[in-house]
Amino acid sequence: MNEYRGVWTLAEVREGRVHPVSYELLAWGRNLADSLEVPLSAVLLGSNVAGQADDLIAGGADQVYVVDTPELASFLADSYTKTLAALVQRHKPEIFIASATSTGRTIMPLLYVDAETGLTADCTELTIEKAERLLLQTRPAIGGNVMADIRTPLGRPQMCTVRPRSKKPLPVDRSRTGKVFRESVDKRDLSSVMKLLEFLPEKNVGAPLQDAEIIVSGGKGMKNAKNFAMLEELARLLGGSVGASRTAVDLNWAPYSSQVGLSGKSVTPKLYIACGISGAVQHLAGMSASDTVIAINTDPEAPIFRVADLAIVGDVLEVVPALIGRLK
Amino acid sequence: MRVAVLVKQVPATENVKIDETTGTMIREGVEAELNPLDLHAVEEAVRLKERFEGTEVVVISMGPPQAKKAVKAAIAMGCDRGVLLSDRKFAGSDTLATARTLAAGLVHEGGFDLALSGERATDGETGQVGPAVGRILDMSALTFVSEVESVGAGTIVVRRAVEGGHERVEAPLPAMLSVVKEINVPRLCTLGGKIRAKKAEIPVVGAAELTIPEEHLGLAGSPTKVVRVSYPQITRKGKKLSASDDLDTALDAIRGLLADRGAV
Ligand SMILES: Cc1cc2nc3c(=O)[nH]c(=O)nc-3n(C[C@H](O)[C@H](O)[C@H](O)COP(=O)(O)OP(=O)(O)OC[C@H]3O[C@@H](n4cnc5c(N)ncnc54)[C@H](O)[C@@H]3O)c2cc1C
Ligand SMILES: Nc1ncnc2c1ncn2[C@@H]1O[C@H](COP(=O)(O)O)[C@@H](O)[C@H]1O
Repeated sequence: MNEYRGVWTLAEVREGRVHPVSYELLAWGRNLADSLEVPLSAVLLGSNVAGQADDLIAGGADQVYVVDTPELASFLADSYTKTLAALVQRHKPEIFIASATSTGRTIMPLLYVDAETGLTADCTELTIEKAERLLLQTRPAIGGNVMADIRTPLGRPQMCTVRPRSKKPLPVDRSRTGKVFRESVDKRDLSSVMKLLEFLPEKNVGAPLQDAEIIVSGGKGMKNAKNFAMLEELARLLGGSVGASRTAVDLNWAPYSSQVGLSGKSVTPKLYIACGISGAVQHLAGMSASDTVIAINTDPEAPIFRVADLAIVGDVLEVVPALIGRLK
Repeated sequence: MRVAVLVKQVPATENVKIDETTGTMIREGVEAELNPLDLHAVEEAVRLKERFEGTEVVVISMGPPQAKKAVKAAIAMGCDRGVLLSDRKFAGSDTLATARTLAAGLVHEGGFDLALSGERATDGETGQVGPAVGRILDMSALTFVSEVESVGAGTIVVRRAVEGGHERVEAPLPAMLSVVKEINVPRLCTLGGKIRAKKAEIPVVGAAELTIPEEHLGLAGSPTKVVRVSYPQITRKGKKLSASDDLDTALDAIRGLLADRGAV
């Protein structure tokens, strides 16, 4: 087990570009690597991506392992898992973190089976217990009602995912230097039995919810589907995206892709504006990790106010249009 | 076609307690239900049965003896039969130990062309068990499945809900699908279904009947260890203003905070 050294992060590539979550991971990894006094490495898989290795170094990596080959042009669970498993076996990192995106949440549960180690999902805090060189992983469970501290004493690497947007990227530093390793991987590991046939983008306002910095979210208090238009307008003005409670989705006022909560998406925007949402635990489970929360609700006792930085007791149908008017 | 559905019994959402010393959930005295997200996996399996003649759907769960109830709930929705993997030796399993046990359960039940799981359980909330079972059994692991487009000639085509849209992916069978809520609306069970479920025998399969090494089981077979749990108070000391009393002050406060956070 002592042969395992170093901290790895998974660089995530979407449409040929390293996605911003990859730089957040480097901020997580930097702390851990410094504390363990080992190098921080990013793993970059894809086709025509090697040129972006320098960006990862400027973002905090000491080393970048690159597998750049046409076989990895699209994310396919099996070829990505086999390639990563080969790299892990070759270089033996002690810690491997990925983002809890659809990619991270797919690849890590497959990879940890191959590596026969532990995996902790959706961590909100990571610390090193120096004496034993162990990673202490803190994660919420049961809708955020419980925080659990978890260790992986025996398996290596110690694997986990962290929520997107749970840490700011480090400032870009172009003067940083690092090593880039072009790795070759067995053809069998690069091959996939799966095929990506097509990507069908959805046409919602703003960025996908999990990527959004600002989310304007509506619940049953919006009264009807038509009123969701004002949330779209507000989101557009703020450069944000529109979210919804399950009740609003069940009523077909918003698509399922915008549902926030236990049976929807976990989001961590800089700013979450809850409009006519009561704040049931299942909703809070998906949004209480937001940086700043503004809630508008007619009920002064609404539970959403418990997690709000600014609680506005009032009618959304009055407050939101007035706010839009003022912002214009 | 042979289809397996993995269902978990979970404590009915709120009021869950954790044993501070062992770090495991206290299940006694807490009402339990079939993991709500697994209803979508069950529904999809039953729809596959309706779509493809000669399909058998088997429900598999790992848990304490009471978890038979969750298996029966799935049978009431239309699954053909169910088994419960239950043994003291399984206690304290983390997701890897759970996945290994379930994988051995699938083998014990004769192997499957397709297996379905929910996206995640509402208690552990990891979403790791489904894909891990797929990997262990060398099935095509398809996560975040929002539609089964077609199954046939040894391949399956599904849609996956990912950031910003949907992917259409083709993969060979056997395949392990973890499905998202978007995939369907679970049916209510009929009276006939309830009667069938009530009558159904749910065999209990223990460690001795599974081909799985002892050291992979339960707490001992779990690489992750919960060392501490705490109950966070997610309360913020926010400012409260009444818009009905004074709309202007409220709007100023919102605007001020938006500006402060760089949103305007
Ligand atoms: C297993 C399970 C999973 C679940 N998953 C999710 C999930 O992922 N996401 C989720 O959101 N929910 C989820 N729920 C449902 C959750 O429990 C709540 O039912 C839901 O969040 C309530 O939505 P709401 O706040 O829009 O509606 P309500 O609870 O009906 O609240 C509406 C609010 O609007 C306020 N209001 C009314 N009129 C106005 C007005 N004119 N101006 C301002 N405010 C007004 C009311 O005071 C009230 O607080 C889940 C439940 C279960 C059991
Ligand atoms: N003990 C279990 N028995 C059967 N299925 C399970 C069990 N644990 C998890 N699953 C399945 O795996 C999915 C993901 O669970 P989890 O990884 O715990 O979030 C669940 O929705 C179930 O379909």
